Amino acid sequence: MQHKVIDTDEVVIRFSGDSGDGMQLTGTLFADASALYGNEISTFPDYPAEIRAPQGTISGVSGFQVHIGSGEVKTPGDYCDVLVAMNPAALKANAKWAKPTATIILDTDNFDEKGLAKAGFKTDNPFTELKIDDRNLILSPITTLTKESLKDSGLDNKSIIRSKNMFVLGMCYYMFNRPMEYTEAYLKRKFKKKPQLIDANIKVLRDGANYAANIQAIPNTYKIDPAPAVPGLYRNISGNQATAWGLLAASEKSGRPLFCGSYPITPATNILEELAIHKYLGAKTLQCEDEISGICTAIGAAYAGNFAVTTTSGPGFSLKSEALGLATMTELPLVIVDVQRSGPSTGIPTKTEQTDLNQALYGRNGECPIAVIAAHSPSNCFDAAFYAGKYAMEHMMPVILLTEGFIANGTEPWKIPSMSDYPAINPPIIDKCDGPFKPFERDPETYARKWAFPGKVGLEHRVGGLEKSPNGAISNDPIVHEQMVARRAEKVKRLANYIPEQNVLGDQEGEMLIVSWGGTFGHTYTALKQLKKEGFNVGLAHFDFIFPLPKNTAEVFSKFKKIIVCELNSGQFANYLRAMHPDFKYMQYNKVQGQPFIVQDVVAAVKAAYEK
Amino acid sequence: MKYTAQDFKSDQEVKWCPGCGDHAVLAAVQRALPEVCEALNYSRERLVFVSGIGCSSRFPYYMNTYGFHGIHGRAAALATGIKVANPTLSVWQMTGDGDSLAIGGNHFIHAIRRNIDINIILFNNRIYGLTKGQYSPTSKLGMITKTSPYGTVEHPFNPGALVLGARGTFFARGIDNDINLNKEIFVASAKHDGTSVTEMLVNCVIFNDGSHKEFSDKEVKEDRTIVLRHGEPMIFGKNRDKGLILVGRRLKVVKIGEGGITEKDILVHDAHSDDIGIHSMLVDMKYPEYPVALGVIRDVADKTYDDNVRDQVIDVTEHAMIHSMDELLKSGSTWEVK
Repeated sequence: MQHKVIDTDEVVIRFSGDSGDGMQLTGTLFADASALYGNEISTFPDYPAEIRAPQGTISGVSGFQVHIGSGEVKTPGDYCDVLVAMNPAALKANAKWAKPTATIILDTDNFDEKGLAKAGFKTDNPFTELKIDDRNLILSPITTLTKESLKDSGLDNKSIIRSKNMFVLGMCYYMFNRPMEYTEAYLKRKFKKKPQLIDANIKVLRDGANYAANIQAIPNTYKIDPAPAVPGLYRNISGNQATAWGLLAASEKSGRPLFCGSYPITPATNILEELAIHKYLGAKTLQCEDEISGICTAIGAAYAGNFAVTTTSGPGFSLKSEALGLATMTELPLVIVDVQRSGPSTGIPTKTEQTDLNQALYGRNGECPIAVIAAHSPSNCFDAAFYAGKYAMEHMMPVILLTEGFIANGTEPWKIPSMSDYPAINPPIIDKCDGPFKPFERDPETYARKWAFPGKVGLEHRVGGLEKSPNGAISNDPIVHEQMVARRAEKVKRLANYIPEQNVLGDQEGEMLIVSWGGTFGHTYTALKQLKKEGFNVGLAHFDFIFPLPKNTAEVFSKFKKIIVCELNSGQFANYLRAMHPDFKYMQYNKVQGQPFIVQDVVAAVKAAYEK
Repeated sequence: MKYTAQDFKSDQEVKWCPGCGDHAVLAAVQRALPEVCEALNYSRERLVFVSGIGCSSRFPYYMNTYGFHGIHGRAAALATGIKVANPTLSVWQMTGDGDSLAIGGNHFIHAIRRNIDINIILFNNRIYGLTKGQYSPTSKLGMITKTSPYGTVEHPFNPGALVLGARGTFFARGIDNDINLNKEIFVASAKHDGTSVTEMLVNCVIFNDGSHKEFSDKEVKEDRTIVLRHGEPMIFGKNRDKGLILVGRRLKVVKIGEGGITEKDILVHDAHSDDIGIHSMLVDMKYPEYPVALGVIRDVADKTYDDNVRDQVIDVTEHAMIHSMDELLKSGSTWEVK
């Protein structure tokens, strides 16, 4: 077979195996090496809810998809060019993601009778059964080769078998011309205390690359030129890490120490884990006894003058509802991060969805409007968290930040900003006053009250869940209650004076406006580019600010004949827009499968709507 | 600055029912605070009163200090957040048997487990007053209430046993109308580093009148209760002639002068002992077999959550390589695009 080097703009690789096979790490190392090489990347971990599901079964399959390119890469890609399947179950679960032209790398050592049966294959030919015989199948005895590679290493059998993921990573490095230095440096760091494992892993990695070069089975290698990036210092960042750092940044800018009260919940937990590392930046983290304590300790900390945060996912968010009312009533700054996952109830906890929007907008007793903003990509979580903090503190109110499992766990390269690029945060802190302090007196512009925390002489006052008059006394007066309800609502509404106007990508007017929000941006934006290339008259309004909506929303909508709202739920944002801007007609494209959009599906949905 | 009780009274009208035990507890707290402030060098603006929901949770409105009237059951979580956010504050949690032992039970035991430096005053009237008379987690078995018209079929909690079960470092008990003893207890609880829990046996004059009366009435109180003070013998009774001794693994009430018992045989109260054994027996004592234990039953020194947080932050900061967001952003694996 003639060896070809294929020049291409982009490639999608999907690593899959048993949840103990180290596929998440393999994918991450591949992505990092590609980013370092200068490609644009986007990643998507697709892992099971069980930590160790039964070995070899479909439910135990763990996947990690990496999209690399020399142009703009905004999604982890729909279908893959290369699929790595370490066992029959991984192949069965992931074959549907392989393009018709895909190369599939298999560890044949696991494709024995037992392995095939566990994965539920009915015959001894899984390729015919899955109708993938025509793909480029690379059948390699990866386990055997790894054993051979390490037979003189002195390592025990278990450790040897565990390093087979490095063998397959080496094969991919050859196929895609990736530099190995980054991964070798990683292994040296990771196994600093076990030098034996450093040598072994590096040897397996190199042997994998050499094996790939030697066998004739690999017909093509790929060359993906570095992306023409803006000069500067870059790093890879996941959405959850960016959220944590954005919160730390808001703390630094405001001068208020960060307090995070949280309870572990997938897929939000690593925000708490990340914040817990940064105690030296003044961050205090409290792993609470439950979700309610998470938000209530945060409200207490806000009362005492900290920048208070609680992080959670859907079910935990439900538990916090009553306390959200308390934060609204006491008018204290608080950021609630909800990393959305598939629901209702426990749902599919490791899978992504945008189904908590209604809960964020409405899920409380009484008249209780709360500002809602959403992050649109892994690195954008930094800005979203920073501004959530800024608005919460400057406007003295809770702010809900919605992210999603997809962008929370996904990573992308990020041009490192300087803190001098970010605006100041000036909370309305009061230190003294003439006469008695009136806790619910408001700023005439923002409607924010003053922040007077304990320790300040002469400002002693009481707050709480009971309705109060502006001077802070409990009040059951019907008129006072109605006025206070109106003022709290007005305060949230006035945030629209401080957020940016809604922008439109692509065409600024015409036939069709795609509307999306949150973590689907990569998919709707990529769909927009394709539709534009095909000559469609289409624009994209992707909303970061949900409540209040940007002030020019109606103006943006009025410039298009048709509007299609695309979201990963049954139409929650569409219905919200119908309530807020009833003068327009909204078509919908929805998906509720616990999976991100597929760009081609979005394109098809927009085309169909276009024809209607 | 020297304070008087008057300095801690707010301008709000006190709305508890006439005859409610809460009035006396409010008075005792307001009388204790001048002494607390002097002993610990606190000024008024450093005091924060936090509560949940229930009759007793109205307390913060009646104090001329910082105050937070929270939601049902969550006072311990709010107080924890306040104390961690600013450890220089003196945080007091006012709560009831419904607030802390039913809906907020989890926060209650975890605050104690962490040994966060807050002062919890648990108003135990063995009834739900604000919702007009349903049984509570401390209502006696068989008690007839609106939701137990044929008598409860539930065993009550003993709050002290919960506190000790969570390895609490401070537990005291008082009766509402004994303002002097309560004042003494509140001062001790404020001086204690860590979570202090004081169970206040309060009378609900409307829905559970006389719930503690078999040992709290003036005529019988001295014979049916014992006031414990660290280092003093466990003697009680109108004539100071009864005491407690240990027989095997059980406490026993004895009469001094009978059966060869002298004052030297009587147990001496050691509130500072880490051993939970005798504290647990004292907490469990019920009338009529025993006198009900009042005063500071347990007051043990241990590291507080706030201390541990502070020490950790100092230690981590000393060794930190990163001192600002800009440094953090550039830390770890990065690459330069030229």
